[in-house]
Amino acid sequence: MKNINYRWQVAIVICGLLATHSTFAQVSYEQILNATEEPENWLTYNGGYSSQRHSLLNQITADNVDNLELKWVLQNQVFGAWQSNPIVVDGIMYVTERPNNVMAVDAITGRVFWKYRHTPVGDSTVCCGANNRGVAVLGDRVFIGTLDARLVALDRINGHPLWDVEVGDVDLAYSVTMAPLVIKDKVIVGVGGGEYGIRGYVVAYDVETGEEAWKTYTIPGPGEPNHDSWQGDDWEHGGASVWITGSFDPELNLTYWGIGNPGPDWNAGQRPGDNLYSDSVIALDADSGELKWYFQFTPNDGYDYDAVQVPVLADIVWRGTPSKVMMWANRNGYFYVLDRVTGKFLVGEPYVRVNWSSGLDENGRPIPTPQPEGMPTYPGNQGGTNWYPPSYSPRTGLFYFSAWNDYATIYRPEEAKYEPGRAFYGGGFSVLSPTPGAPTIGIGRTNPINNWTNEVGHASLKAMDPQTGEAVWSYDQFDVSDSGMLTTASDLLFTGGREGYFHAIDARSGDLLWKVNLGGQIVMAPVTYMVDGVQYVSVISGNGLSTFALRN
Amino acid sequence: MKCVKIISLSKRLLISVSRFTACVLLVLVCQPSFAQDDGDHQYSSAAIEAGSRVYVQNCALCHGPQGETVDGINLRRGLFRTATSDDDLRGVISQGAGEGQMPAFDLRQEEMEGVIAYIRAGFDPDGIAVKIGDPLRGRVLFEGEGNCVDCHRINGRGPRTAPDLSDIGAIRTPAVLQRSLLDPAAALLPINRPVRIVTRNEETIIGRRLNEDTYTVQVIDSEERLRSLIKTDIVTYEISDAPSKLPTTLSSDEVADVVGYLLTLRGLQ
Repeated sequence: MKNINYRWQVAIVICGLLATHSTFAQVSYEQILNATEEPENWLTYNGGYSSQRHSLLNQITADNVDNLELKWVLQNQVFGAWQSNPIVVDGIMYVTERPNNVMAVDAITGRVFWKYRHTPVGDSTVCCGANNRGVAVLGDRVFIGTLDARLVALDRINGHPLWDVEVGDVDLAYSVTMAPLVIKDKVIVGVGGGEYGIRGYVVAYDVETGEEAWKTYTIPGPGEPNHDSWQGDDWEHGGASVWITGSFDPELNLTYWGIGNPGPDWNAGQRPGDNLYSDSVIALDADSGELKWYFQFTPNDGYDYDAVQVPVLADIVWRGTPSKVMMWANRNGYFYVLDRVTGKFLVGEPYVRVNWSSGLDENGRPIPTPQPEGMPTYPGNQGGTNWYPPSYSPRTGLFYFSAWNDYATIYRPEEAKYEPGRAFYGGGFSVLSPTPGAPTIGIGRTNPINNWTNEVGHASLKAMDPQTGEAVWSYDQFDVSDSGMLTTASDLLFTGGREGYFHAIDARSGDLLWKVNLGGQIVMAPVTYMVDGVQYVSVISGNGLSTFALRN
Repeated sequence: MKCVKIISLSKRLLISVSRFTACVLLVLVCQPSFAQDDGDHQYSSAAIEAGSRVYVQNCALCHGPQGETVDGINLRRGLFRTATSDDDLRGVISQGAGEGQMPAFDLRQEEMEGVIAYIRAGFDPDGIAVKIGDPLRGRVLFEGEGNCVDCHRINGRGPRTAPDLSDIGAIRTPAVLQRSLLDPAAALLPINRPVRIVTRNEETIIGRRLNEDTYTVQVIDSEERLRSLIKTDIVTYEISDAPSKLPTTLSSDEVADVVGYLLTLRGLQ
């Protein structure tokens, strides 16, 4: 009996040690703050608050990239474009699949520890598919936004829900498709629904309780500054959604968010004014949500040029002056560099053919040149680029992103009547194509055959110099690309495209170093992490999440 | 690799794409010259407009506003029980059908023309309604004077160098079929553009491009072989926007007959 008691005592002591160990598994705010210095993990959607998607890992190099081999594949069980970005913490990957499932995956084997299923209510309304772009982590929690406009906190160890709060009214077509962003003790999301006449906002919740901490509308209400950029009651259903994760500068305590299109989408004449803060970047105080500055890329937009790109932050010497800048390849076809302290415009240059505007004035405001009815507008409705995450390498000083070249749209504005929760498009559009009946480009790719995109638009990976606003080099593809970017400290650039090729490219020269055909469209950025001294690179192609490392 | 692309952008037309699906609709308003060129190959927009009123007053009660409420018939999509040509439709409308289920309608000539135009335009008042002739005469023309079988294959017979037309009536609208005959350059789809490839080992390949990506291209060559080529092995790659056929010299009635025949080609049923 004594022996047995002794054994139990030992077991209890061991349990105590394990419990202590599990507290070590907490992800602290300080870790996220310094995420880039912890490259074995991928702790936020964009790999750190400055959203550079640049990893200090350098085990995989130009010399050995040929030795990459497939280590594992996780097959998605739910079909549709898989836009999720994995988070990796201490060898465990957290990845979402449609519609709102979360999985904890062993990052070495690809085997699943747990899976949480959230079934959105049936009347969820989303414009562009049941997309979800990933989770955020803090402490022992995982956070996911849902298609029925809820935010759910899960236990990171067992996937059990801890709280579940309403972010927006699902009957009015509010939704959450973006990965949340955790700052300090708050988890922040924005709302989708820009095609359904919502009034957008960014909203922060207490990570412990789910209680709302602040909420900042992306369309100012009566009495607020810039309310007069709208007329009548247009502001009440003017869109300005927020569907891509923002960035954060801890020194300035500012969090930056890209804002979507105004509504109705294509009938700018129906909503006179600049329609602030649609198609803008807004800088908010991270503690209060107070608006500190904004910069609008496309005033009174009739082309669906959401500014839902990732705000990429860097401290660089800009034209001789040490500067805190923000780099932004916008859907409207211009590449911008802004001063992120004040929002001041520094430089803006077109990176694809642009004919909706003849240029930018000294404040970065576009000079509009609307095309005659029936004539093509460049870039087209999906934009010169879109939501796919870019990368900035502090080593090369270059900003990398996927552009769509030679892609144009003919817009057909119509008067639209706002009806709550219903589509609020304001007309339609046509993609310019060479021949009636010819196939053209849509959202995503579902066909293994492509013999036409050279005539309607194609991808061009561009390496932009923020000093000049111009591309240093480009890498073209036959199809268009919705792939994001990843750069590493060994000057590798990993990216993909709709053709399903996963590329490793020399980040300095733009030369192709390695490629593999994964067979399905890549519509998100790769991530990299390290476990037990091995660097892995993961990318989602089609319905498979493939993870590579060097051959042993 | 010398990559010569001879694509003319001047012929660009519009393809309407609904924003969230890949659903493709023709937008024809942007090609006014086309409508003029077609002359008496098609019905006028005034006839289509007038036909919509005739339809609402006489037909919609049974066939429904979208033309699909009678089993086995979808007027808007051109799916009929017995009729193929415009003459067939005139016969059904003026004499009735289905052993009395559909009564005979005594329409004035302009009303008759209008309602046929409206049906042929897919119930779209802004659409184009193509005249459709007799498929039996069309087949004779297709296999004879039209020289179509020199290149096209139907139901397992004929060469594979041009597109196989076995199901062309199911996958093309009458307007597109008519345009392919009248102005093949304007109707040429990217997949049907002739390609000419010279490889590193000096082989010249003439054919049609089936598929392409950044690094490879797949073609069917003039010997009917499926070939996959790596672009780094290619020294010349030309894609022509000139079709291998000329505009037809058939009369407008004969074109209507050929279109009528092509519409009967609906693949394996």
